Amino acid sequence: MALSASKLKAGDTHTERLVEDLKRTQIVQYAGASGDYNPLHTDEIFTTKVAGYPSVFAHGMLTMGMTGKMLTNYVGDARLTRFGVRFTSQVWPGDTLDSTATVKAVTERDGVRLVELDVSTVNQDGVQVLSGYAQARVDP
Amino acid sequence: MVAKRFPVEAGHILMFARAVGDPNPVYADEDYARTTEAGGIIAPPTFAQASAQFDPDYFLRPKIGQPWFGSGRNPTGVTRTEGGGGGGGGLHAEQHFEYHRQLRPGDVLSATVSPGKTWEKEGKRSGKLVFSESVTEYRDQTGELVITARSVGVRTERPVDQK
Repeated sequence: MALSASKLKAGDTHTERLVEDLKRTQIVQYAGASGDYNPLHTDEIFTTKVAGYPSVFAHGMLTMGMTGKMLTNYVGDARLTRFGVRFTSQVWPGDTLDSTATVKAVTERDGVRLVELDVSTVNQDGVQVLSGYAQARVDP
Repeated sequence: MVAKRFPVEAGHILMFARAVGDPNPVYADEDYARTTEAGGIIAPPTFAQASAQFDPDYFLRPKIGQPWFGSGRNPTGVTRTEGGGGGGGGLHAEQHFEYHRQLRPGDVLSATVSPGKTWEKEGKRSGKLVFSESVTEYRDQTGELVITARSVGVRTERPVDQK
C-alpha cells in the first residue's frame, strides 16, 4: 500500500513498536545474519570484564534494521530512496523500542513525488536511541 | 568492509529479515512477492550491511586458526592494547543509505570503499571521541550503482558512561 502525496501533510506521523523486551538471542541472530560478530553484542563475559559495559548491547544496525521495518510498513515495499540515522544511545537486552516517522515535506524531483520523513526511535524510558531521516517515492 | 563479490541470496535475505524482526513476506515468499509492487523478493533496507559476510578480512568475524578477542578460557583471547575504550574497535555512530534501485536475489554486488573525513569531539560520557567516515558504493554485475552507503564510526577514550 503506497502513500499518496495528496493525502500527506507535514506533521503526519506513523508509529510502531519495533520490539518488546529485546532478547539477547535476537542480538545473536542479527550477528549471524549480518556477519558482525563483535563480542560486545553477544559475549557477556568479554563485554562486562574486558570492555567495561554493564552487559552486551544491540548492534546499532539492528536498531536501524528494526526501524526500517516501521518505514517500509509505512511507505510500502520498494519505495525507500534514502534512509540515514545517527545512533544516539545504546540499546540493551530488555529494551522496548517504539519508532516514529514524521512527515516533513512532500516534494517532487524529475516528476517523481517524494515524501521526506524525520525518523526517531525511543526506548521504554523515552530516551532517543536513533535519530534520522528517510525519503520515499509516493503516489501523486 | 570491502566485499569484492557479494552475491545476494534469497536464504540470506530470509535470515536477515528474521533477525530484524520483520515478518513481511516480500522478503521470504516468492509467490507472494510476485503479486506486489516489488515484483519479486527484495532485500530489506539495511541488508547491504551484511556484505561483511563477504569481506574475507572482516575483523569482526572469528577466523580459523587466528586469535579472537572474545571470551573462551579467559575473558578475552588476546592481549589487550591500551586505548580505544569499549573494546571491539569502536562503535557505530551513523549510517546512511541511498537506494538507486532495490536489491534482489541474483544480484552480485561489488563494493568499493573510499575514506571520508575524520574529526574529533570531546564527549561528556566517554572522553575524547574520534569519528571517521567511509563511503561504500555497491555496484551490480553490470556496473550499475545500486546503493551508496556512508558510515561513521567512533572510537571512544573509555566505555560510554551509563549514568
